[in-house]
Amino acid sequence: MAYTEEELKKELETKEYEYGFYTDIESDTFPVGLNEDIVRAISKRKEEPQWMTDWRLEAFVAWKEMEEPEWANVTYKKPDFQAISYYSAPKKKDKYTSLEEVDPELLETFNKLGISIDEQKKLAGVAVDIVMDSVSVATTFRDTLAKKGIIFCSISEAIKEHPELVKKYIGSVIPQKDNFYAALNSAVFSDGSFCYIPKGVRCPMELSTYFRINQAGTGQFERTLVIADEGSYVSYLEGCTAPSRDENQLHAACVELIALDNAEIKYSTVQNWFPGDKEGKGGVFNFVTKRGICHTNAKISWTQVETGSAVTWKYPSCILKGDNAIGEFYSIAVTNNFQQADTGTKMVHIGKNTRSTIISKGISAGKSQNSYRGLVQVNPKATNARNFSQCDSLLMGNECGAHTFPYIEARNNSAQIEHEATTSKIGEDQIFYCNQRGIDTEKAIALIVNGFSKEVLNKLPMEFAVEAQKLLEISLEGSVG
Amino acid sequence: MELKEKMLSSFMVLEQELDLSSPVHEIRSKSMKTFEAQGFPTKKQEAWKYTSLAKLLKNNYSIFPKKESSIELKDVKKYFLYEIDSYKVVFIDGVYSPFLSDTTHDGLDVCLLSAALSKTKYKARIEKYFNKVAKQDESLTALNTSFAKEGAYIFVPKSTVAEKPIEIIHFSTGEQGDFLLQPRSLVVVEENAQVQIIERHQSLAPHDVWTNTVTEIFAEKSANIDYYKIQNDRTDASLVDNTYISQDQQSNVKVHTFSFGGKITRNNLNFYHKGEHIESTMKGITIIEDQQHVDHYTLVHHAQPKCESHQDYKGIFSDQAVGVFNGKILVDKIAQKTNAFQQNNNILLDDKATINTKPQLEIFADDVKCSHGCTIGQLDEDALFYLRSRGIPKKEAKGLLTYAFANNVLESVAIPSLKTRINKLIAMKLGVNLGHDL
Repeated sequence: MAYTEEELKKELETKEYEYGFYTDIESDTFPVGLNEDIVRAISKRKEEPQWMTDWRLEAFVAWKEMEEPEWANVTYKKPDFQAISYYSAPKKKDKYTSLEEVDPELLETFNKLGISIDEQKKLAGVAVDIVMDSVSVATTFRDTLAKKGIIFCSISEAIKEHPELVKKYIGSVIPQKDNFYAALNSAVFSDGSFCYIPKGVRCPMELSTYFRINQAGTGQFERTLVIADEGSYVSYLEGCTAPSRDENQLHAACVELIALDNAEIKYSTVQNWFPGDKEGKGGVFNFVTKRGICHTNAKISWTQVETGSAVTWKYPSCILKGDNAIGEFYSIAVTNNFQQADTGTKMVHIGKNTRSTIISKGISAGKSQNSYRGLVQVNPKATNARNFSQCDSLLMGNECGAHTFPYIEARNNSAQIEHEATTSKIGEDQIFYCNQRGIDTEKAIALIVNGFSKEVLNKLPMEFAVEAQKLLEISLEGSVG
Repeated sequence: MELKEKMLSSFMVLEQELDLSSPVHEIRSKSMKTFEAQGFPTKKQEAWKYTSLAKLLKNNYSIFPKKESSIELKDVKKYFLYEIDSYKVVFIDGVYSPFLSDTTHDGLDVCLLSAALSKTKYKARIEKYFNKVAKQDESLTALNTSFAKEGAYIFVPKSTVAEKPIEIIHFSTGEQGDFLLQPRSLVVVEENAQVQIIERHQSLAPHDVWTNTVTEIFAEKSANIDYYKIQNDRTDASLVDNTYISQDQQSNVKVHTFSFGGKITRNNLNFYHKGEHIESTMKGITIIEDQQHVDHYTLVHHAQPKCESHQDYKGIFSDQAVGVFNGKILVDKIAQKTNAFQQNNNILLDDKATINTKPQLEIFADDVKCSHGCTIGQLDEDALFYLRSRGIPKKEAKGLLTYAFANNVLESVAIPSLKTRINKLIAMKLGVNLGHDL
């Protein structure tokens, strides 16, 4: 049967968000609202030392003075910060020591998500830390990693067990007062992942964190801290999903990466929060601060595939502090229906001979708005800094928008900066070419979109690349008008 | 007294000598309110992020010329492009100089805005065009509108080709002390008509002069306008140039901006498309040194299908000069088949020079071809080596390469004598001996 574009369009609109289920797990949720007592209560619940409580309170005081930023190219109804519950955790009986003790409902959730936390995963060689609502529920492969001296656990455990590391590095890249959402996160973050790779160690497997918002009326505020000591290497993956709900849920995370001399961190994200339904109702507000610092000869590489969230506001950045440091940013942002994304990166060149590469691919369909916003800053002492940026946008249908806002500031005459951007639609001749060779329109579009995003997809670790490719097809097929 | 308050009280003084019953006055007082509410732009505003006017606001400017100044033709002859072969509208300290000017009403109108504003003959046209394309909520434009009194008025009727180029020159003599000038020009080019205009602001003595000028240009169906801005002023003169261009179908407007000097120069260049098959071209060369500051802020609003825009800006910055480029292309949903190109290339010659650039695309239509490219770099070491290995000293070799870099923007300059003139200027600026007289 001939498959027309109209049908495709319809199918796409009604395509259900397949991770939109809700798991009925008894959970321990704080009352809604935010004040100093809530901050203290979170800290107390997490059995945190005094310095951590003080650090949170300091952030809270700063947050109260701050105003929600409005410069991003997105419009949404501002969340009411007093109507959110700031802490929700699956009710714990006791600490799990092995997987058999984990709530079977919870395991069922992860199976549905396609993440097996059981031994099968050994074959894939991925260590996973899972954060449900605000709390880390399971970390796999800890022992294997511990043999190499790698610490991979939830951040609340790290606060208790490795306070010296946490104290030294938390807030060193994203200070509490950095911005509105970072301050909020610093005050109320409930959990997240912590990872430390010792000197000269190459992490033998991909480390992975899986985030899921489950409870209604809660916000998720997780904090990730990755420290790669001198000469080490780690590849870190992050994935996220949420149930379909009518109201907007808030996700405000902070990710801090520290790459000491000669270290390398590869951080990949597949973001698939619930994007809202086809009328634009519901969906997650994704306001994330991600930043990494590179010391001498270090390298940080951000790769992201953004397909979810109603509103995204996210700029993974690299501070190239040491000489010869390298920063990379590869991104695919897909928006459909009423989604809005304002995403990009910041590359701050401070050290000599620092290099950065930005490849950003935006695909907008339906009635969505997709913006790239980036900053390349070369400071006076950054001699021989080098940057290459490329931002390409693909438009599908005539009701969407693609925007680019690149800021380039050069204060050193030896800097070499190139920036290019293009915006276009899928060429009719390209589709015709495929049709002519017996490839139907649907497949042709998938093919073209894949080709368009290939430069970025290639940068993803194997397991993610497959998932990402599938995601792209789901989000976009047939949306050519 | 703060400059803002001074402007407010000066406006009251101005009101006393104006015809308060004219409709233009309504526009003036409305604009004054806009300015009063907004004040001077600050770095906190996104549009002024990289350019601070703080240095200019400190001065105690005279707003109205205290006395009539005159200048000898021989002193300013070098600033004219032609001695006889052009229409000229010349102002000295904001006051029209009939002696230096060469206006006309024969076939087309090249005259004064003050005359157009007051004479009943022009009333209909003023009502139709005056302050119609200028942005109403931009504070400096509003300030200019409220003080709008004098400037050039150019009207080219249907199917008329202006035989000679028109030169608009504003001199400031320094006899007024620190001076704030606010010229206002209006250019209307009717269907099928064609015109070439050259605009220049020149300060003649060491005084802080700040020119805040607004030019409104209307290109009607199939009109053809070539506009050249020469900004090669003293380093104590500053310029905020606001140009608003409204284009009807099939019209073609080209604006070339040559920024070679001035303390702070800000060019707000805005194109609004009102019909199909429009072509807009913006080109610019910026060559500055010392602590000069040049900011190009362009907007092309593609509001109709099948239009084209081209932008090409080159910058060469030495010493502690600061360059800013902010180019925005806005493509509306209905503006399908738009082709919009933007190119910004910069060379930093010294390690204290700065360039901030922000090419911006906002696109709401899907069947478009839009691209922008932006580079910041240095001269090619290999090319430099090649020249030096052939016995050309380093300094000269550098000059030659930068000259070549800037020169290709000149290709689209349609007035031969202007092309030669600019070419010479560039060569002089970069210390290149062309070896022959152009």
